[in-house]
Amino acid sequence: MSLLEIDNLSLNIGDQPILKDIDISVAPGEIMGLVGESGSGKSLTALTIMQLLPFGAHTTGRVTLGGIDILATDEERMCLLRGKEVGMVFQEPMTALNPLKTIGEQVAEGIRWHNRASRAEAEEQARIMLDRVGLPAEKFPLSRYPHELSGGQRQRVVIAIACALKPKLLIADEPTTALDVVLQVQILDLLRDLVTENRMGLLLISHDLAVVTEMTDRITILRRGEVLEAGKTAETLSRQRHPYTRQLAQASMHVPQRPVSPAQEKNHTPLLVVESLTRDYPGSRTAWLRHGEPLRAVDNVSFSMLAGQSTALVGRSGCGKSTLARMILALDRPSAGTIRFRDETITDKREHELKLARRGMQAVFQDPYGSFDPRQKVERLVTEPLHLLEKAPSRTERRNMAEDALAEVGLIPSDLDKYPHEFSGGQRQRLSIARAIITRPKLVVADEPVSALDVSIRAQILDLLADLNSRLGIAYLFITHDLTVARAITDDVMVMHAGRIVERGATKEILDHPQSEAAQALVAAAPDLHRALARKLQEQG
Amino acid sequence: MIAYPARRIAIAIVTLVLASIVVFTMLEIVPGDPARIMLGMNASAEQVAQLRHQMGLDAPLLLRYLHWTGGLLKLDFGQSYTYSVPVIDLVAERMAVSLPLALIALALSTIIAIPVGLYSASRRGGTGDTIAMGTAQLGVAVPNFWFALLLIYLFAVWLHWVPAGGFPGWDAGIGLALKSLALPALALALPQAAILARVARSALIEVLSEDYIRTARAKGIPRRAVLWRHALRNAMIPVLTIMGLQFAFLLAGTIIIENVFYLPGLGRLVFQAINQRDLIVVKSVVMLLVAIVIVVNLLVDLSYALVDPRLRGRP
Repeated sequence: MSLLEIDNLSLNIGDQPILKDIDISVAPGEIMGLVGESGSGKSLTALTIMQLLPFGAHTTGRVTLGGIDILATDEERMCLLRGKEVGMVFQEPMTALNPLKTIGEQVAEGIRWHNRASRAEAEEQARIMLDRVGLPAEKFPLSRYPHELSGGQRQRVVIAIACALKPKLLIADEPTTALDVVLQVQILDLLRDLVTENRMGLLLISHDLAVVTEMTDRITILRRGEVLEAGKTAETLSRQRHPYTRQLAQASMHVPQRPVSPAQEKNHTPLLVVESLTRDYPGSRTAWLRHGEPLRAVDNVSFSMLAGQSTALVGRSGCGKSTLARMILALDRPSAGTIRFRDETITDKREHELKLARRGMQAVFQDPYGSFDPRQKVERLVTEPLHLLEKAPSRTERRNMAEDALAEVGLIPSDLDKYPHEFSGGQRQRLSIARAIITRPKLVVADEPVSALDVSIRAQILDLLADLNSRLGIAYLFITHDLTVARAITDDVMVMHAGRIVERGATKEILDHPQSEAAQALVAAAPDLHRALARKLQEQG
Repeated sequence: MIAYPARRIAIAIVTLVLASIVVFTMLEIVPGDPARIMLGMNASAEQVAQLRHQMGLDAPLLLRYLHWTGGLLKLDFGQSYTYSVPVIDLVAERMAVSLPLALIALALSTIIAIPVGLYSASRRGGTGDTIAMGTAQLGVAVPNFWFALLLIYLFAVWLHWVPAGGFPGWDAGIGLALKSLALPALALALPQAAILARVARSALIEVLSEDYIRTARAKGIPRRAVLWRHALRNAMIPVLTIMGLQFAFLLAGTIIIENVFYLPGLGRLVFQAINQRDLIVVKSVVMLLVAIVIVVNLLVDLSYALVDPRLRGRP
């Protein structure tokens, strides 16, 4: 008998239908993947099982967990099930823990609550659980606070909380999306081990087909609140019976057409030259007026980029990628070393002397939701960089330039009079690209520009970026931990580790034959749909 | 662990010194010669000059500043020009009324506001929340002297529970003294409680939408327990900030309430001193209030570190 059985589940919030006649089942010891794009209802399915739905939600159908009808269970009895019978792991480890309580308190809390255990007993069990998830007592005593841990370590704490009482079902909602690839593999391995150890059922929610393929026994594909296809993972993904399944699979392996890289045919004058760049941060204060060892975020980095060249900067989180990018964009000053952009040294300039350089380089950031002021119209947002021009353009000139920029990214002139919230995530990322190219820059620094986007939208944005690269000759410095993206759109790759660039070369060369340990770890950990599917086909026959 | 408090204390000391310079300079600039005022309009120029010399008013500016601040450190505030008694005695007498009044009012306001804030936040948008916040809105809008008059009418004139005004002094017995402070404290506390309840509610509502609240709920902790265990402490920082500001106001900004209830408090002392150009009293009381405000704000800053482990060990 199934552990979790969802039959004909429909969910409305207010008048809006969210889920329509969903069927999902998870058996003990089974890993079920729930795949879909944002807004498809994955997370709300999870919250329905937990009965933690937002106000105004109305459900019909049947959800049973170990024979208990959850939709008919009152809040008081539900509290007995949550944490004890079903645990949940969330996407964002940085905010999932209470900042004011120690990790010991937070793991022990559920144990004390459900088992009426004494503080000492609960802490003893919490200790065992933290050891189990890879946070040993010597380095991670119970008295640690969440802010003293990294993202990956925090996610381990969240998993320890969810699994503390050995629930029969674990729901993991995008548990690794916020982590880098190496951490992702570690967390997924941990989840898999916990499933085998306790014959726990796992409902794994993800938008990443490669991850789901690697992890799951069966898969359910959700679109706009409906189940499109469900079945054994290998079978479903290799047959791709439903066109949407095929579309998803293709989009996640999408490589944009890049006719000829402009860098290869044009001149060889360097666009950007970085020489022995170093950035130290003062160490944390150890005493009054005394600092600890400074932290070297970027360590003696030198490289150059040609005009029109697309270069990936890859590395694990915390390796110094973003600090390096901030210095190139002149948003942060190096402790030592120089940066020259178009033969102009920018590292010793004052803010008002940087206008020319700033006009020549722009940035696109990861989060298309956070990078716009919600109270300004698109016209104002997109034309923001125009203050960098020598002569302030007139109103009509601004409007024309904004229309041109929007046309370049595939939006229409009437979009200028809208507000950011009227656009989808992909469209907003188009807006931030429009904002970046309005000054006709020669270099765009893109910090994880597609990692917050769904696969099909990611494919479109990658196409757009490739197109702008070949048509306008814009060079990219692409910061990413996603090697699929690096492979899709860059000519060469720099691998960064602990503040240094440890390897550089042609993208294909490095991704196929990584030499340094850091590069090998990244390549080995990178989820790859082809590889995962081949392995799954073997396993599942 | 040391860095954060040490830095806060250093900042407080620097602020205190700067404030003393400002207070001193301001009262130097204000027109009106204390010696002339003390002696009256008929005194001759020599008499005035002689008194100025006695009072040390003809010494150089810097010396007078140092003399004044040096005195402050020894709690010697000088002599009042009008009453010819040490300023410290005047202040101590008034403090005996104002400080307990402020503390009682702050305690009352907190005791009322936090439960109301918790109740409203947990029933956001419900009838209880609407009624509570509507009442709070009223509390913010209605001036406290009006409350005071209503309270006097109800509890003093009609029910005869407490006196309508005046202060018998602590020598008359703690019970009697507290009785006469009850109405003014309540009148001061209610509008403050209204503000604090609104702040507590909005801070709690913000915290309740945090991811870690969901994590706690996913452990099976019931909604109400989550509110107490996880939300309340996280919502304390804005609440503490407002409480610090309110204490300063309750101590010094109560002149109207003191007048309504005929209380010999600090507010009235300053008011009278200003009218009589008793500048040394004004200077001392203002400096004392500044010091109290700075110390309270320092305590608030230090309490942040108690609440929030992320602040410990950070400058």
